[in-house]
Amino acid sequence: MKITRKQFLRLSGLSVIAVAAKKLLRTRTASGANSEGEKAVRWGMAIDLQKCRQKEGCNGCIKACHSAHNVPQFADRAHEVKWIWKQPFEEVFPFAQTQYTREIFAGSPVLLMCNHCDDPPCQDVCPVGATWRRDDGVVTVDFHRCIGCRYCMAACPYGSRSFNWQDPRPAITTVNADFPTRTKGVVEKCNFCEERLAKKLAPACVEACEEKALLFGDLEQPDSEIRKVLRSRFAVQRKPELGTGPSVYYLI
Amino acid sequence: MSDRPFILGGLIVFVAFVTTPVWRDVSTRRIALVAPEIKLPAQEKHCVAPISYMRTSHMQLLDEWREDVVRDQQRQYVAYDGKVYDKSLTRTCLGCHGSRGEFCDRCHSYSGVSTLNCWSCHNDSPLAARSVR
Amino acid sequence: MFMFEKALTGSRRYWLWIACLLLVVLAGFLCYLRQLAQGLIITGLSRDITWGLYIAQFTFFVGIAASAVTVVLPYYLHDYKQFARITILGELLAVSAVTMSVLFIFVDLGQPTRILNVLLNPQPQSVMFWDMIALSGYFLINTVIAMGAINAGREHVSPPGWIKTLAIVSIPWAISIHTVTAFLYSGLPGRSYWLTAILAPRFLASAFSSGPALLIVLCVAMRKLTAFDVGREAIHKLAVIVTYATAINILFVLAEVFTAFYSEIPEHEQSFEYLFIGLNGDYHLVPWMWISFLLSLIALTILLVPRWRTEIHLLVMACLCIFFSIWLDKGLGLIIGGFVPSPLGTITRYTPTLPEWTIVLGIWAMGALMTTAFYKVTLSIWKES
Repeated sequence: MKITRKQFLRLSGLSVIAVAAKKLLRTRTASGANSEGEKAVRWGMAIDLQKCRQKEGCNGCIKACHSAHNVPQFADRAHEVKWIWKQPFEEVFPFAQTQYTREIFAGSPVLLMCNHCDDPPCQDVCPVGATWRRDDGVVTVDFHRCIGCRYCMAACPYGSRSFNWQDPRPAITTVNADFPTRTKGVVEKCNFCEERLAKKLAPACVEACEEKALLFGDLEQPDSEIRKVLRSRFAVQRKPELGTGPSVYYLI
Repeated sequence: MSDRPFILGGLIVFVAFVTTPVWRDVSTRRIALVAPEIKLPAQEKHCVAPISYMRTSHMQLLDEWREDVVRDQQRQYVAYDGKVYDKSLTRTCLGCHGSRGEFCDRCHSYSGVSTLNCWSCHNDSPLAARSVR
Repeated sequence: MFMFEKALTGSRRYWLWIACLLLVVLAGFLCYLRQLAQGLIITGLSRDITWGLYIAQFTFFVGIAASAVTVVLPYYLHDYKQFARITILGELLAVSAVTMSVLFIFVDLGQPTRILNVLLNPQPQSVMFWDMIALSGYFLINTVIAMGAINAGREHVSPPGWIKTLAIVSIPWAISIHTVTAFLYSGLPGRSYWLTAILAPRFLASAFSSGPALLIVLCVAMRKLTAFDVGREAIHKLAVIVTYATAINILFVLAEVFTAFYSEIPEHEQSFEYLFIGLNGDYHLVPWMWISFLLSLIALTILLVPRWRTEIHLLVMACLCIFFSIWLDKGLGLIIGGFVPSPLGTITRYTPTLPEWTIVLGIWAMGALMTTAFYKVTLSIWKES
């Protein structure tokens, strides 16, 4: 049959569009089906600083986290790797107090970790997609993909991330065989114990805290423990004006 | 021709370079070619996939497992025989195959095939927590 | 097509220069091997100051690369014939500068073997992704234009029309490479020293000031060492461009200082205080920042007086002053100022280590090597015609 070039091109174009549209539709509906119809979870943590202050020098949470995750212990502060640590109140909330109100919490420790932001700057800047916010709110790092450019560390407004300037293994005192180490040249940070969350366990720091100062739960569930406490007590966040939407709250 | 020494010299270097495989082979001590002996697990008779598939494509399987766990939090693997495994290099793979020295390295060293550097991060022998310091 | 053989013939002095550069490149390479083995621990970087000399140098040399537009725009867009010889030198300098920038990024990576992940897993929301595209594209464009122009010169024909089209394309592209580099910094919410809209304009102004200054110095050197003379007109017109760019750059800096210190917002003031006054007992950058500022004032003074600007020795001195001044500001102050104080208020001291400096010197030598080879080829083609 005679067919002009114009007709042929038109037909081919329409066919390609039809096939592509069908494929697109199929992938769209497929991903919808895989999500198992679960309600959105948003993991969050409320840190009760009053309870945290009870025991001086207490660092059970830090020890639990760092030993569970094979976090290397470097004495040199410049090259330290830490997922969770404490710093004095006036350094964490420098503009929360004036010279007249400084005394009440002067020097009192505040527990710090990754804030697992709702809109993390680290996710925006990563050139390879090695760090991203999961659907359940956990901001995670893919240590296989990280190229060690440290852009995420520059972008994080909270200083939550650490870089492996050298091989971490010699500095791990006791290796937890059940969790990998990292290698030199990648960035790491608190992962909200996502490997424990997968087994329906609470994060290591939450479990280790003797004063029960750490409250972990689903911020999307209105009747979760964490939501109840956020309704009953005044909570602050670190640098909320930056619009990052942290998932970590501090009960002063 | 003032270039003659350069041309001759260059030619000699080139010929030597191009025939490297020949004279290296001739000069290497002969060793008996024995197929590597890998330690098979005592209890399990089946791997997570048919052996023929594992032989050809365990790399792809490991890649898929990595992406599934890290990117999609899908930790369960339903094998061809219906058994459910945990997608873990150390726990599942080495849980049966012992350690990298007893298993992975045997074939990889023999064939000279290098891998992605799994073991700089992942634990290469799951039996005990090692004390490094 | 590449005419590399032209770079392989030269005087004793030429080969001595090449040999010295190769030695420095070798030293840098050996230090880099050490960095590959031990990790970035061999640098002076720390958890609080995660970017230092490498990224600062990357930023600075993207500026030098972008500055090719100051010769390309008048010549190709406005037919300013006086720039006929200098344009090719500017484009070749841009190729070397872009290569240096990419090398600086490469040596900064913790896992350089994974660099292809940037292409395999593209992230369009990341400015760094666009930076890679912009820099690669600029490298290609300038290489093609330069090769086309040189080949045309060798064949004694005028360059084909598509070269002019590509050159016109390279004009907004040059602006974009340095703008996107500025956007790497100026979109980060946690770094108040960088979080300013004027960062991109400041980058461009300082680039158009330091880049042509370097080009002028190189042209004067070419004139002294070889018979290749780009012409009095070209150098002095470029000097005028440097003058305007320097004046605008200083204005931008003062505008920033005004906003920071008139508003008296502590967060905005602190980085400036750290750099120019010192903070918490750390003063080690203060002298360098003031030297940078003074050098730019000296340079501007010389450049503003026509009698002084046209006197070649004073002009070269002004160019060296402005080049060094902006190197201190962009190649040192900018990056460290962004990281200090840290998000938790700590002041950490950053001092580059000797291996770090050696790697930096190695990449500088690589750039000098490329520029020398390119200019030698250009010189040979010109001599033959």
